[in-house]
Amino acid sequence: MSTPVTTPAPPPTRLIRNVLVKAALLFVAVNLLFAAVNPLPALGRLTLYNSVLPGRLRLPYGESPERSYNLSLYNLNALFGSHAVARPKAADEYRVLLVGDSSVWGYLLPAPQTLAAQLNAAGLVTADGRRLVAYNLGYPILSLTKDLLLLSRLAPYQPDLIVWLVTLESFPADKQLFPPLVQNNAAEVRALIARYQLNLDPHDPRLVDPSWWDRTLIGQRRALADLLRLQLYGFLWAGTGIDQDIPAQYTPRQEDFEPDASFHDLQPPHLTAEDVAFDVLAAGVEAAGPTPILLINEPMFVSAGQNSDIRYNFFYPRWAYDDYRVVLAHTAAARGWPYVDLWDAAANTEFTDSPIHLTPLGESQLAARVGPAILSLAEGAP
Amino acid sequence: MTLTHLLVFAALALVAGGLLPGRARAWLLLVVSVLALYWLQPLTALRYADFLLPTATLALTVLVWAVTQPVPAPPARGPAGAAVVAPPAPANTHQRDTLRTAAVLALLVLAVGLPRYLGPLCCLTPGRPPDLVWVLGAALLVAALALLLNRAPAGRRAWAVGVVLLLVIFLVLKIEPLAQGVSAGLRVAVGQSPGLALAADLRWLGYSYVAFRLIHVLRERALGRLPNVALREFVTYALFFPAFTAGPIDRVERFVKDARAPFKLDGAALLEGGSRITLGVLKKFVLADSLALIAFNAANAGQTHSPLWLWVLVYAYAWRLYLDFSGYTDIALGLGRLVGMRLPENFDRPYTRQNLTLFWNSWHITLAQWFRAYIFNPLTRALRARPLPPAVIILLTQMVVMVLIGLWHGVTWNFVIWGAWHGLGLFIHNRWADFTKPRAAALDGRPRLKLAGQWLGVFLTFHYVALGWVWFVLPTPALALQVLRTLVGLG
Repeated sequence: MSTPVTTPAPPPTRLIRNVLVKAALLFVAVNLLFAAVNPLPALGRLTLYNSVLPGRLRLPYGESPERSYNLSLYNLNALFGSHAVARPKAADEYRVLLVGDSSVWGYLLPAPQTLAAQLNAAGLVTADGRRLVAYNLGYPILSLTKDLLLLSRLAPYQPDLIVWLVTLESFPADKQLFPPLVQNNAAEVRALIARYQLNLDPHDPRLVDPSWWDRTLIGQRRALADLLRLQLYGFLWAGTGIDQDIPAQYTPRQEDFEPDASFHDLQPPHLTAEDVAFDVLAAGVEAAGPTPILLINEPMFVSAGQNSDIRYNFFYPRWAYDDYRVVLAHTAAARGWPYVDLWDAAANTEFTDSPIHLTPLGESQLAARVGPAILSLAEGAP
Repeated sequence: MTLTHLLVFAALALVAGGLLPGRARAWLLLVVSVLALYWLQPLTALRYADFLLPTATLALTVLVWAVTQPVPAPPARGPAGAAVVAPPAPANTHQRDTLRTAAVLALLVLAVGLPRYLGPLCCLTPGRPPDLVWVLGAALLVAALALLLNRAPAGRRAWAVGVVLLLVIFLVLKIEPLAQGVSAGLRVAVGQSPGLALAADLRWLGYSYVAFRLIHVLRERALGRLPNVALREFVTYALFFPAFTAGPIDRVERFVKDARAPFKLDGAALLEGGSRITLGVLKKFVLADSLALIAFNAANAGQTHSPLWLWVLVYAYAWRLYLDFSGYTDIALGLGRLVGMRLPENFDRPYTRQNLTLFWNSWHITLAQWFRAYIFNPLTRALRARPLPPAVIILLTQMVVMVLIGLWHGVTWNFVIWGAWHGLGLFIHNRWADFTKPRAAALDGRPRLKLAGQWLGVFLTFHYVALGWVWFVLPTPALALQVLRTLVGLG
């Protein structure tokens, strides 16, 4: 019978030295590995949403997370992974994805009152008996390139129809690379610029190219923390249904203006397709692939205040907006894009803090026009 | 305490424990503790509060030391007027040390206050300190309290006066209208509009814990159990930087014993302290701060209507509170270990306890011990002298102690109810334990049933405590009641 041999514990100083050395080596190795592999996109796919937690009804966006139970982040996989659109498509579902700006996302509106929610509440059914289920994939910033970035990622979610709501304020050149979501997905945006030969500078300094240090675990700590926060806030979203901090009061949209006829860096008398990002619009339609896309010119507020003979509203001088509608209609017709101009679909009283944000009633007025347009397209679909 | 604070404190602790000999270590601990008092104090809308409130903490500490130390006895005279050679009174051995400490404290106050004139070097406090007159006045006050009061004999009831003073300040801080009124008065004194006074202006960091230590000292003095403690040791004890903001509430004689013991930071102490700090950082800054995002609070309580998700939020709060508080304690104990101080444990796996009595023996242990020593035991003795049934005595003492613990968190109805909730729970457990004690032996031969009973005990205790947090967190009893109804499916 042998005597059990026990290894004596190392003296504390040696143990501390060993722990520190191993911890330092591990720290360096993990950081190097993180920078080399860039696991953030893969990590973005890890989500509790649509399993433990219900999927969100709109894409994550929030400037006051502690009150909105929502936050802004740039990881596109995480954005889509947290959305209800990531759940499997039902057999009897006619899936409609709504893309656009803050008016589609529903700024100042609870999730159940946005355009997508109002379409769902209408209980629309296609001619072949499928339930129309609309998903809100709007994102609160005006830029067609941002829309293009999202559109290029929609195919995996099996849409039957994409509804793309646009407004002229998303078209100017200076708006295209402005959104942080675009700037922080530089590689993907450059690929889109190259693929669709867009009139955008792929070397624009606003596009964020992380340095080696920025790609390490330490450099990406904020992005990692955001992924964790997105999951944690999901519990409050699930419990409260709140995903936006809606103030009790807001400053209403402007009605009186300076006598200024300019639109960004453009001057009257005419706006042409070449002046703004119609190439990005075309790329967006192409990015939808075989899925039909319904293009909608979204409602806008028409002021009757001071200098309203020059400007429709804070965004648009009359000459630019009138030309835009003509050019958009002609382009859509020429290219065979399904298009509806709903610039006046909402009553003037139903705009909130900007010329494009609507009240719940305004959204229902818009939904009453969008729903039939969708069904009309669905009837022509296979 | 932020990670920056922690890194600085850890570095200073390593210097104090590893490089400095005993006396130099003691002085460094005093200096760091006093400076930390100012550094940690948050900024409030009341001008100079971030300088005046820490200075007041320091002055109160010195005041309590002065009235609790034995007065140096005058030299006894023989019949011919010749001085009798007698062993020096213990206090005399500290006279020079007291003088030095008073000077150091005054210099520290000046060092914190005067950088207001140094432009970019300003300041250790989050706001600019007051002008020279205020700073000099504060420094003189601290030194005078130490040097003059200590020479005057304290009255027999000085300890009681001290306790009342500390409690009055406590009540002012905890009762909103009083705090607002005092803030208004202070605003006038510093040239601000009294109309803008808020109770939050008097956010006096660490006061509760310092008050507990000072009351402990005053009471021990009254009972004749207080050892001789030098001013330097006493100030370090009351304001010890690792334990200043969140405890534990140490006993003075234990602290001083450690402070006087020779200490050199060796591998074992470094390992123990470092492990404890690491554990504390993980608990506080990783786990608790993450759970804080979804923890139950007054805002989300009213927004959540589903019992399932409400339970999730309540669980998150329960664990967040434990991890936050025990994480701070781990950091305090770890820092203490690096400088040779073995601070008492404050938490011992409280959520794994089988009943509420065991829970309170393992949750905020030093606070519970404080209340046991100074409220529960004297009250029990007093009630036993009356013809009351034991059950009534138990009910009264548990309720009084727990309601007082509730009031310590804030003088509002929800804290009273939270205290009563626990007092009642402790009483019920006491009665239940009495009832089941004779029957417990029957389970000895049935280990599975016994184990199931133990698990059930843990489950029930945790949920009783978790439901108690609803009273604790919410500002009004009506909202708490509404949430409790939702939690049990009646909302």
